[in-house]
Amino acid sequence: MNTSNSTHSSAKSDSSTSVEPLEQRVRRLEQEKVALEQQIEALRLEQALWNRSTLAADLPKEAPLDPLPKVEKLSNLEIARYGRQLILPNFGIQGQMDLRNCAMLVVGAGGLGASCALYLGGAGVGRLGIVDHDTVDISNLHRQIIHNESRQGMPKAESAAISVRMLNPLCQVIVHNLVLDSSNAQPIINAYDIVIDATDNAATRYLLNDACVLGGKPLVSGSALRFDGQLTTYNYRGGPCYRCLFPTPPPAETVTNCSDGGVLGVVPGTIGCLQALEAIKIATRMNEHDPPTMTLFSANSSTMFRTIKLRKRKPDCIVCGDSPTIDKLIDYVQFCGSSATDKTPDLFLIPFQERLTCKAYKSIYDRRTPHVLLDVREKVQFDICSLPSSINIPLKNLPEHIDEIKDQLGPQQDRPVYVVCRRGNDSQPAVKILQEYGITRGEIKDIVGGLEKWSDQIDPDFPKY
Amino acid sequence: MATKDTLQIELQFSGGMELLFDNQKTIQADVPAFFPIVTKDTDTNQQERHAATIRDLIAWTSIELLKERPELFIGDDGSVRAGILVLINGADWELEGELEYELQDKDEIVFISTLHGG
Repeated sequence: MNTSNSTHSSAKSDSSTSVEPLEQRVRRLEQEKVALEQQIEALRLEQALWNRSTLAADLPKEAPLDPLPKVEKLSNLEIARYGRQLILPNFGIQGQMDLRNCAMLVVGAGGLGASCALYLGGAGVGRLGIVDHDTVDISNLHRQIIHNESRQGMPKAESAAISVRMLNPLCQVIVHNLVLDSSNAQPIINAYDIVIDATDNAATRYLLNDACVLGGKPLVSGSALRFDGQLTTYNYRGGPCYRCLFPTPPPAETVTNCSDGGVLGVVPGTIGCLQALEAIKIATRMNEHDPPTMTLFSANSSTMFRTIKLRKRKPDCIVCGDSPTIDKLIDYVQFCGSSATDKTPDLFLIPFQERLTCKAYKSIYDRRTPHVLLDVREKVQFDICSLPSSINIPLKNLPEHIDEIKDQLGPQQDRPVYVVCRRGNDSQPAVKILQEYGITRGEIKDIVGGLEKWSDQIDPDFPKY
Repeated sequence: MATKDTLQIELQFSGGMELLFDNQKTIQADVPAFFPIVTKDTDTNQQERHAATIRDLIAWTSIELLKERPELFIGDDGSVRAGILVLINGADWELEGELEYELQDKDEIVFISTLHGG
């Protein structure tokens, strides 16, 4: 206490009432200290990028799962940062406090998670968990704008956390650098208030659904492919869960990933923004009595958005129904018959010894042995790059275009036919089709690993996409 | 009751379903208003008919309109395959009776494939 003040007697008489403002000041300074420390941590992490060897030691590996400490008022720093939201009618200080005291989990730091996590962090969510097991790749960056070129090879969860901390050091970001599965999902989900499904595969979508139903958490689900996106909130206020809508997982061969189907970067970005919006609405109880809906986004339709009314929770749903039969997480990879990543698995339809390695084809090519090289990729991919003298007939059109191959088989109809595709998967059913038609007296083989392997092993100048 | 032989139905395809229909997102279809009731008694000459339902529409669509790979559209039980959501006039078909919903003239039926990418 300041006793050097000349108005000694009045200071003494005020001393009982002046404790409170001083305590407030201490609290404010403490908050500022925490904010500054978080800022320092963010800067330190960013600098660590220039020295990858120190990175592992600098990043927290084990996430604290203790409850988020609630605050009862915002600091001046927070008021200054969130002013434009605070003056919004129907949001205001209460809305901001609700966000500040909310822990949200973004599962997937890809195209959906990129925009979603940035907006949630920027908006002032108190704790933001980010789950991803993958690392940053150059082919991600057209849509996953939370990462950047200098972070190639870095775990996506860590890269995303750095970006959110740089945007807003007041947001506590928790890194979960792991594959979410039935062995670890439940305690992680339970530690958060709202879960955002920004994943890229069916198995993890069913896993998250069941874990959210069992943990009683709303699930804001988004998905995107090509020019289309979908957005739904599951397990929220009497609405359906994912299983109510889709009790049976889709056959694995009907599921297309972004790597094979393509995706315009801004499409998942748009859906990720909408997921952030829905999560904020749930946290602040905005529009909480709206009926359950699904929003469909179609970038190349004249009506880009449409919202449809959904069923309520189904009483006979096996996980959220009246008498559920699922009371703990199951094996979702087995349930869906597909892996919990969006990586395209290798197909083994034809025994390895009946196929051609890239090196073996290279020597056939170099010896100028007469043959037909059939590329069965879609035309849009063939137009990007192709091997010299290859002819393009996409796999799905192959039966109708058999005659075009016959024209190339030479007078004896005995030239060998070699089939190539992007990764050496589609080329295998193509070989089967050609064998069924018995088109040549020569051999019919496909090239193991396709053009990607060709680029890796034979010609580094051949582009990969 | 005055009846028409066909119903004008607007079919829409999204989420990749359009790829099975020659990349058409919307098809204006004249769908039969009635379908024969299939009975074990094949002798019967009298054509017993029932009003067209979504179940009939799915079968009719896969025969008349589908361009490729029917297994990506129709399931073993005559419904759509798992992972397709059907909308009847902008609402989840579950709210309208699913397969047994009787088609009305000028109905708009949407088939959406769920997406998993992200």
